Amino acid sequence: MSAAGAISPESASSSGALLEVRCVAKSFGASQVLENISLQIAAGEFLTLLGESGSGKTTLLRLIAGFEQPTSGEIWMSKERLDTLPPYKRRVNTVFQNYALFPHLNVRDNVAYGLRVKSTPKAEIAGRVEEALRMVEMSSFAGARPATLSGGQQQRIALARALINRPQLLLLDEPLSALDANLRKQMQSELKALQREIGIAFLFVTHDQDEAMALSDRIALLRNGALEQVASPREIYSRPATAYTAEFIGQTNLLRGEINDGVARCGALQWKTSRADGAALFSLRPEAIHLAVASLQLQDAVHFRGSIRQQIYGGASELLEIECGGNQVLRARIPATGPLTGQHEFIFSAADAIPVTESPTLHGPLITDHEPR
Amino acid sequence: MYSRAYKTIISIPPLLWVCLFLLLPYALMFAHSFWLVRDGFLVHQWNLQNYRALFTNPLYFQVFLRTARIAASVTLCSLLLGYPLAYYLSFHAGPRKELLYQLVIVPLWVSYLVRGYAWKTILGSDGVLNGFLQYLHITHEPVSFFLYSPFAVVLMLTHIYTPFVFLPIYASLEHIPRPLLEASQDLGADRRTTFLRVILPLSIPGLVAGATFAFVLSLGDFLAPLLVGGPSATMIANIVQSLFGAAYDWPLGAAISVCILLITVSLLFTTERLEKRWAFK
Repeated sequence: MSAAGAISPESASSSGALLEVRCVAKSFGASQVLENISLQIAAGEFLTLLGESGSGKTTLLRLIAGFEQPTSGEIWMSKERLDTLPPYKRRVNTVFQNYALFPHLNVRDNVAYGLRVKSTPKAEIAGRVEEALRMVEMSSFAGARPATLSGGQQQRIALARALINRPQLLLLDEPLSALDANLRKQMQSELKALQREIGIAFLFVTHDQDEAMALSDRIALLRNGALEQVASPREIYSRPATAYTAEFIGQTNLLRGEINDGVARCGALQWKTSRADGAALFSLRPEAIHLAVASLQLQDAVHFRGSIRQQIYGGASELLEIECGGNQVLRARIPATGPLTGQHEFIFSAADAIPVTESPTLHGPLITDHEPR
Repeated sequence: MYSRAYKTIISIPPLLWVCLFLLLPYALMFAHSFWLVRDGFLVHQWNLQNYRALFTNPLYFQVFLRTARIAASVTLCSLLLGYPLAYYLSFHAGPRKELLYQLVIVPLWVSYLVRGYAWKTILGSDGVLNGFLQYLHITHEPVSFFLYSPFAVVLMLTHIYTPFVFLPIYASLEHIPRPLLEASQDLGADRRTTFLRVILPLSIPGLVAGATFAFVLSLGDFLAPLLVGGPSATMIANIVQSLFGAAYDWPLGAAISVCILLITVSLLFTTERLEKRWAFK
């Protein structure tokens, strides 16, 4: 985009975005880590950068924080060009993956660090440190050394240390990945509540799609250094634009086939569609497939028969692998019903078969699994 | 687990070594310091005469003060050289790091004596330095105070002990997690503030260790004053050497050695506590 350099600061503010990433690319030597990223973050928004390891999500965060320089492109934050400033002049703060608390300072001095280096009056520092520690419920640990704290407690201190500077944008680099599963869930909800309460924008990096879904206002899915899709969790789940998105976020069945004279044919399945003729790819979520019973009425219902290949019990629901002829295997998530064997009739609504763009899939076709680690 | 017999057998050689080469000599030195020499013969008669002589004759105290002053200068100079060098290597040397590290270490493999004589050649009246100054017409006759002065001793000892100061400082700088520096910058601290508030405090254990090396090793040095020091730079170890040699007063020499040993041990004890206090993680 050749016009990128000509965009004036005013146009950034007119868009209403707090942070604007414009056509940013980043290479380390010969390897391109990010290509042509354009992204906006609104004030008060919780935006998640989601992607596999190596997708460039942490690099993008580091570009915004200032620890790396973009190879090309610009980053603006409320009328101020950010990418030419050193990190210490940027009004963003970061929560680091392993917290990066200063080991030689106690909790109070860690939290006060940002204010001290900016020569804030002593009386003000004391009050704000107390306030920040109260916010993360760590007031009683003010005198403790970081090494004596648990992972979750260090996490809170890292949060307080960043937030005390009252940034407009907080960058969080996989901040929960070092915590065990239960604590992570708890910290997720606390983080979300905190973000709502203080109302600043969060840019959150994670590889955990459940975490992204639970926390975000919007998710930016990165893949091999490019943005695959940016949308709200509900939209990205129900309307994935590409096969990759559909597979990465949740589980899905990818149905490959073609459309002829208004009829879509994918293996043993076929249904009426208004889409143009040609090759087509659909994403059908497992929970959109139901056991056909007389009481269940669906619009544009598509019926098919299949034999149960495997049944995986998961408490409230169970996952079926259904063989429906011609090597086609579909996965269905149905309410727990008890053991099933043999042939059954299944049903789904044609409206739930979402057309997606072809893109090389993660782990080959159909059988995908992205349960959280 | 290892058997009791195995543990006993395996620990005999080191124990023997320590007893034979450390404890026994210390015991002998300690004993000698309470004996005396009469008519050129060592008399095994217990007395405090040596220590009394040490504390009443101002000569010994003067030499000791000079020794401490030289050791302190060496410590300061090696810190001023070693710290920036370690800082540069650890943070800014990039791909040249390994090579530069080896270059700092290599002089340690060169004999102490060789380096001493090298300084003699450089600083002497018809030495390299004087030749160079006269060639440039900065001076017209040899400058004599380069060699055989406390200055020469400090110069030579600084040259020899800077790698010893460099090593622990470099190690402590290498152990600083780099995300801490990013965190500091992220919180609004520029490079200078980050150095003063994060890097320097976290490198203090290495700094103390390095300073201790330089000071203690310089305190007991006798070769540098012998080679390049001259009479004006006589250090306490030279006195000990002559007492054990030509002067043949082993008891007095032993008494001085005991004093230096006590000073050194208490110094090491103090700095170890200091290092522990400043050590994190």
